[in-house]
Amino acid sequence: MTNKTTKISGSEAVVKSLIAESVSTVFGYPGGAIMPVYDALYDYQEKLKHILVRHEQGATHAAQGYARVSGKVGVCIATSGPGATNLITGIADAQIDSTPMVCITGQVNSHLLGTDAFQETDVVGISMPVTKWNVQVTKAEDIAPAIAKAFYIAKSGRPGPVLVDITKDAQFGEVDFNYVKCTLISSYVPAPKVDVKKIIEAADLINTAKRPYILFGQGVLLAEAKKEFKAFIEKSGIPAAWTIMGLSALETDHPLNVGMLGMHGNYGPNLLTNECDVLIAIGMRFDDRVTGDLSGYAKQAKVIHLEIDPAEINKNVQTEIAVLGNCKESLQLLTEVVSPSTHPEWLAKFNACKQKELETVGENELTPSTDVMSMGEVIKLVSDKSTDDTIVVTDVGQHQMVTQRFYNYKSWRTNVTSGGLGTMGFCLPAAFGAKIAKPNQQVVAVIGDGGFQMTIQELGTIFQTKADIKILILNNEFLGMVRQWQQLFFDKRYSSTEMVNPDFQTIAKGYHIEANKVEKREDLANAVELFLNHKGSYLLEVMVGKENNVFPMVETGASVSEIRLS
Amino acid sequence: MENKYTISIFTENNIGLLNRVSIIFTRRHLNIESITASESEVKNIHRYTIILNCTEEQVIKVVAQIEKLVEVLKAFYHLDDETVYQEIALYKVPTSALAAGKKAEQILRKHNARILTVEPEFTVIEKTGHKQETQDLLEALEPHGVLEFARSGRVAVTKPMKEFKEYLYELEQAQQ
Ligand SMILES: Cc1ncc(C[n+]2csc(CCOP(=O)(O)OP(=O)(O)O)c2C)c(N)n1
Repeated sequence: MTNKTTKISGSEAVVKSLIAESVSTVFGYPGGAIMPVYDALYDYQEKLKHILVRHEQGATHAAQGYARVSGKVGVCIATSGPGATNLITGIADAQIDSTPMVCITGQVNSHLLGTDAFQETDVVGISMPVTKWNVQVTKAEDIAPAIAKAFYIAKSGRPGPVLVDITKDAQFGEVDFNYVKCTLISSYVPAPKVDVKKIIEAADLINTAKRPYILFGQGVLLAEAKKEFKAFIEKSGIPAAWTIMGLSALETDHPLNVGMLGMHGNYGPNLLTNECDVLIAIGMRFDDRVTGDLSGYAKQAKVIHLEIDPAEINKNVQTEIAVLGNCKESLQLLTEVVSPSTHPEWLAKFNACKQKELETVGENELTPSTDVMSMGEVIKLVSDKSTDDTIVVTDVGQHQMVTQRFYNYKSWRTNVTSGGLGTMGFCLPAAFGAKIAKPNQQVVAVIGDGGFQMTIQELGTIFQTKADIKILILNNEFLGMVRQWQQLFFDKRYSSTEMVNPDFQTIAKGYHIEANKVEKREDLANAVELFLNHKGSYLLEVMVGKENNVFPMVETGASVSEIRLS
Repeated sequence: MENKYTISIFTENNIGLLNRVSIIFTRRHLNIESITASESEVKNIHRYTIILNCTEEQVIKVVAQIEKLVEVLKAFYHLDDETVYQEIALYKVPTSALAAGKKAEQILRKHNARILTVEPEFTVIEKTGHKQETQDLLEALEPHGVLEFARSGRVAVTKPMKEFKEYLYELEQAQQ
């Protein structure tokens, strides 16, 4: 916080505001209406690094990847009109996955607003349904307060994306710069206070439960409740399953980690949802991909919901006890009052389910009897050969589900994926953003042949910045997940899902990125070894079964009890 | 079961907020029956009054989403019997039709309406009341020719005695 005032331009105020928020890297793409800011960035290259992406969508996903692994606010910058609209997919993704992000867009001169001026779009209007907050600034003196507010809102409470649209005249205007961080907005309560009465009620219910069951989501990660969460499950001895956004809040091989929830989650975690007596949901929102048919979901259970956002309570599932507040705090309080316990018989049920799943789905995936490779065996190998702190970024589709189930996540905040929006093309730029935030951690991007081609141009960003990203393409020559649905629910009518792909190795080489392709199992282990140990970026393409399916599966409209193993 | 709910939203008014609020309704296919914005008893705090026909479950969820908006201080919902409310309606009728006979006077008396202005060509009548009452007057005037009719959205105050200032105080406490 500085109190000295000096007259500077609005565009310089943008840059200085970002620096005042301790931002060290921004992702963006220049253009007419944001040029003054780019000109100001030129003078501050030492303090604030701007990374030129190849498409504004890439800037948003990079900012998301950056935010997910670091817990900091990701920042992106774009020009007006098409630059701004190209941000929308990433903003929507960040909104539904509660990712802190600040987007700064240039806008036409204020006297031209509403005149259909060149590259004028109402980005405040367009982004309104997919932002936590947004604002248009037309005066230089309003820039710093707007950015201060933006950062506060993006990061506090349940995080989310915020957009600040700045007209060109505001960027050119002059202002006495004096940055004051925002710490309070009178109409906004970021996190409700934890009510100790609710903690006691919850503990009473947990302490008398026979088959308690924890479901955890990204809230645990967002609250930085690593220690508190672990202490809670270890003291209470309660089996815990994760949503895909909660993955990596607890290491995969923790004895109480029973696996993945949802449509393509593990068998036991879904099935036994309908056998528990007390369901403890922590920082998760009962997404329909997790619950399946709500009328057949956990009806027998009393539900305790630890949640920061009051609007999530009873939104999808009726709650017995709602413990509002930041779960870092509520978990700590709850751990103090729960009785130490173990639930060996109950846990044995999960293990029996795990065994059953292993013998069916697991063996097919991990040790297939066919010549063609499966996604699961590739992921298992990558997992076995990776360092514990490797960050695994996935795109959307079959490979995403397989990676999350078969990769052994060992460290906090090492899973980056597009959950609620399911945005194909997320992975490559998000992996890049993750690497920028955590340069000392290995970053592996697992992508399908379809999703790779949605943001493939970010190979240019990776090349230009010399970032070290390990890109694993699991190539089934299909839009695999959609093909699977066509096979199962549309009589195998493969309408527009077959992909005739380019030579990915040649493309990578065009960007001076090393590449290799594996078609036979006997070459896989070596190739994976080379891939992971290569200095610098590397693209490994592995050909996998064209028509392999992902199981288990809870079909749309089915209850979690009806989970299919084949 | 559907009911008529009065949603009251308190905000430090903001140009874009109305849009943010209405998105919450349109996204859920909920039709706003009427919306009114005005000042409130607290300085610089504005109040939206929104009338909605929906189930209680729907109104609870909508109000939770509205309260979540950064710029909303507080939002409530009430049933009709928990509020006192009014609407205003204006009727433009030909002066000639009214001047003919005693009929006009009877209608105005019966409906407790008043005349705002009389011009050679037209007369403007005002009536405040509940929707059914302003509707009844409309129907009574229709045989005499109604040139224009406009009805406002509902304005409402609630019966519970807790003052908005107390909520503001609670809000401040929650932020400490
Ligand atoms: C932007 C976008 N468009 C369409 C979809 C629908 N969709 C979901 S999964 C999928 C197939 C993905 O194919 P691929 O990237 O090859 O991965 P695979 O499923 O084969 O692992 C599609 C098209 C989506 N999720 N995102």
